[in-house]
Amino acid sequence: MAWVNAIIQGVLTGGLYALFACGLSLMFGVMKVVNLAHGDLAVVAGYLAIGVITVTHVPVLWSFLIVVPLMAVLGYVLQRTLIQGALDRSVLITLMVTFGLSVVIENGLLQFFTANSRGIGAGLALVSGSFTLGSQIQIGYLPLLIFAVAVVVLLGLQYFLSTSRYGRLIRAVADDQEAAQLAGADYRHVFGIAAAIAFGTVALAGIAYGMYSQLAPTTGTDTILLFAFAAVVIGGLGSLWGTLLGGVVLGVAQQIGAQINISDELLAGYIVFLAVLVLRPQGLISRRASS
Amino acid sequence: MTAAGNGDRGENGTPLLEVTDLVVHHGQLQALNAISLRVFPGDVYAIIGANGAGKSTLLRTIAGLHRPSTGSVLFDGRDVTGLRPERRAAQGIVMVPEGRRLFGSLSVEENLQVGASYARQGPWTIERVYEMFSWMRERRNQLTAQLSGGEQQTVAIGRALVANPRVLMLDELSLGLAPVVVQRIYGMLPQILGTGLTVLLVEQDVSQALRVASRIHCLLEGRTTLEGKPADVTADQVEAAYFGLADATAAGPPGEGSEP
Repeated sequence: MAWVNAIIQGVLTGGLYALFACGLSLMFGVMKVVNLAHGDLAVVAGYLAIGVITVTHVPVLWSFLIVVPLMAVLGYVLQRTLIQGALDRSVLITLMVTFGLSVVIENGLLQFFTANSRGIGAGLALVSGSFTLGSQIQIGYLPLLIFAVAVVVLLGLQYFLSTSRYGRLIRAVADDQEAAQLAGADYRHVFGIAAAIAFGTVALAGIAYGMYSQLAPTTGTDTILLFAFAAVVIGGLGSLWGTLLGGVVLGVAQQIGAQINISDELLAGYIVFLAVLVLRPQGLISRRASS
Repeated sequence: MTAAGNGDRGENGTPLLEVTDLVVHHGQLQALNAISLRVFPGDVYAIIGANGAGKSTLLRTIAGLHRPSTGSVLFDGRDVTGLRPERRAAQGIVMVPEGRRLFGSLSVEENLQVGASYARQGPWTIERVYEMFSWMRERRNQLTAQLSGGEQQTVAIGRALVANPRVLMLDELSLGLAPVVVQRIYGMLPQILGTGLTVLLVEQDVSQALRVASRIHCLLEGRTTLEGKPADVTADQVEAAYFGLADATAAGPPGEGSEP
């Protein structure tokens, strides 16, 4: 029963990891930007949420209504200025610019908010509340909520990309920028919209992690970015459902590792990550377009 | 918005597209050297020349994908030299790029929808493209990779048409296609022209170009070697201009062919 429990907890944590990963996957899939500041931006969103809750006294769960649009606007602006400027030069420059952004954000957070970690108080009922399945399996309300949010976000993203006008343009631009330009599409604007969406999901990821655990200035790189990368690689780039699967596989691997020995939690996740890289480098679900 | 009194098909009116002294560099290499041309409404203007003559560069520069070093591009009397490609497309300069360049992860219909995203007002709709090519309606949900080369080329033309261009630019339509397929695609030209379009095309196959064009313009190593109506040039002149034989200049006043 302990193993079943580990798997179920792993699946639920996988939802959180998928939320970490989908923005990273979208930015890479559309603009070929590997955003090394991805995790730090999630932390920024978490801190923003703490600030918004403190100042405006909005209910904690509804803080995303303010933070997500703010981050989306930031995403559009960053894409149109800093990131596009780097993209116009080369892919390597883009990598360096997002790395620089990561360093700046991390040190800025340290400077202004100290190295203390802080959480987003979602309320005791939600954080430690749970219901029991069978006799031994406890399912926490918060992990379940986060998993549900992840699924809704991925479904929404899938629906948006496959049916809306801008979703279609995003896919077209990802395929062939020049041909999209010839059809009248300003790919820089389309990139900006894709970045806005990615940053919106990053905001949700940061808030979710702040409720689930604690945020510190370094959480962005040492946890969120790493897990996001692992989930994307395991699942397969450019596939949203692969991202969910990748998150779930990573989460389950960690929980099973922890079940064997509590100190093996992270190690088990990275072993699966490495195994996928070696045995199936295209990820568990490879991209449909390559067929 | 339009130039005064510019009838859509009036010969010898104001040119719809006027390129003057265009010079384009690829790095150190000079790809185009002082190219000038004037395309009038209703023209089928064919640019011919051997590989590397600069035909595609010329078309891409008119579309806005290359920046000229000097020279200008006027569209309907307005200078568009500094405009980005997407702005030119929205004004009615639409190109079918070499190699078709369809969106591979999009279905046939989605390709057409992207083409129509920033369309001008005009006669062409996705529905009209489907009427012209009924197979396309039946296969609209397929990915374009599942189509044959000729079908892909037709979708690429459809994608350009639904934007309702005023000038439709076709870059190397026949590339990689069987002659019978090429014939069929060129066979669509009259229908397309019937909706008031002007066509500027690049073609390596000279006899094909001579058949369909109302004017031809031959390039050789980035320079104009011949310009005129197909009826006014002889096969020898075309050959000389195409291959750069010594008597090419005697064939006609190069570059000045369109002067009144």
